Amino acid sequence: MKRLIFPLLLMIGWALPATGQHKLPDLPYRYAALEPHIDSLTMYIHYNKHHAAYVNNLNKVLEAYPEWQLKDVTELLAHIDKLPQTIRTTVRNNAGGHYNHSLFWEMLAEPGTTRMSSRTEKALIRDFGSVEAFKQAFARSAMGRFGSGWVWLLQDRDGKLSVLSTPNQDNPLMPFVARDMRIVLALDVWEHAYYLNYQSQRAAYVEAFWNVVNWRKVDEVLK
Amino acid sequence: MKFELPKLPYDFGALAPVIGKETVELHYGKHFQTYITNLNNLIPGTKFENADLETIVKESDGAIFNNAGQTLNHNIYFLSFSPNGGGAPQGKLAEAINAAYGNFENFKKEFVAAGVSVFGSGWVWLAKDAAGKLQVSKEANAGNPVTKGLVPLLGFDVWEHSYYLDYQNRRADHLNALWQIIDWKAVEARY
Ligand SMILES: [Fe+2]
Ligand SMILES: [Fe+2]
Repeated sequence: MKRLIFPLLLMIGWALPATGQHKLPDLPYRYAALEPHIDSLTMYIHYNKHHAAYVNNLNKVLEAYPEWQLKDVTELLAHIDKLPQTIRTTVRNNAGGHYNHSLFWEMLAEPGTTRMSSRTEKALIRDFGSVEAFKQAFARSAMGRFGSGWVWLLQDRDGKLSVLSTPNQDNPLMPFVARDMRIVLALDVWEHAYYLNYQSQRAAYVEAFWNVVNWRKVDEVLK
Repeated sequence: MKFELPKLPYDFGALAPVIGKETVELHYGKHFQTYITNLNNLIPGTKFENADLETIVKESDGAIFNNAGQTLNHNIYFLSFSPNGGGAPQGKLAEAINAAYGNFENFKKEFVAAGVSVFGSGWVWLAKDAAGKLQVSKEANAGNPVTKGLVPLLGFDVWEHSYYLDYQNRRADHLNALWQIIDWKAVEARY
C-alpha cells in the first residue's frame, strides 16, 4: 500500500508550483532504504514536506529579486550578508534549509552498503585520537544543540577535521559561521528528523545515524 | 529551591484529538520533566540556588536559562488547557484583546500567524505590559516575555515535539486547533 501511495503523492508534489530555479533534488534511495534507523514515513515527510517547503519558499522570496534569482544556492549562502535586508533572513533560513537537506540525503546510505575507508579512518584518528572519540565528539555536539539545528564534521584548508554545530538552518557556507570549511558529514537534529521514530530520545537517533552514514561519500569529500 | 512538575488538572488523554495522549505523556513526562531535572542539577552552588523561577529566567544565561525558561514556559503551557476549554475570554481580558486587536477572531489570526512564523524551535506568547496593554511576543527556544518586563498570559509551544506525533509538519493546523482546549479562566487569572 505504502509503495503505491508514495510515488503517487510524489507526482502530485511535483505538480505544485515549482517555478523558480531551485528544485527538490531526487532522493538517491527509496523512502524505506534507511529502515529501521530512519523510518520511511519520516523520510517521506522530511523530503516531501520539509525540504520541499524550503525550496518553494526560497523560489517565492526570490521572485521579486531577479538579480539573485539565478544564483546557485551555494552562492546565495556565501553572500548572505550582501542580500537585501528585506529578504535576508528568509533566504538564510530557506536557502540554508534547501542546501542542508540536499547534502544530508547524499550523506546517508542503506545500512551495510558502504564502509569507512582506511583514509577516512586515519584522518579521524589523526584529529580526534580514535574513531570512537570522533563519534563521541559528534554525538556530544548533537546533544548540546538546544532547539533545532545541525551538526557538522568539517575540514579546514590544512586538512584538519573538527566538529561544529549550528542553529536552525545555518551552515558553514555562511560567512558569519565559518571560513573555508569543507563539509564532510552532516546530521539534522531538528526534532522533525527523528520524532516519529525516537520521540524525545535524540541520543538514540544519533547512535542509529552511524548505521546509515554514506562512508563512500565521506571518502569522496575528504581532501 | 527544588522545582517539581505541576500536577495536571486533566488526564493525559483528555485533550485528544487536539493534543494526543502520547504527546501529552512525552511532552509532560519526558521533555518537561527533563528541563526540571536539569535545572535542579544545575543550580546548586550557584547564586540561583534559592531564587524563584522567574528571577532565574530573568537573570541567567546558557544552560541554566534554557532549562529555567523551559520550566517556566511549560508550567504556564500545561496549566492553560482543559478538556472543557475553548470559547472566548471574558471580562477585563476580553476588553484588552478587543482594544489591542479589534476583536477575538483577529487576535487568534495574528497569534497563530506569529506562531507559524517562528523559525525553528520556540514559542509565541500573549503578554501584558505594566499598563495592562497586550502584545504578541515571538520567542526562540526557551524564551519567555518576562525577560522583556512583560507578564506572560498564554503561550503556544512551537517546538516540533509539541505537535509532531499528531500533526507532523502541519504547525498551523496544530495552533489553530489549540483554541478548542484553552482554559480561558486560567488565562484570565494571569491578567
Ligand atoms: Fe530537517
Ligand atoms: Fe515543549
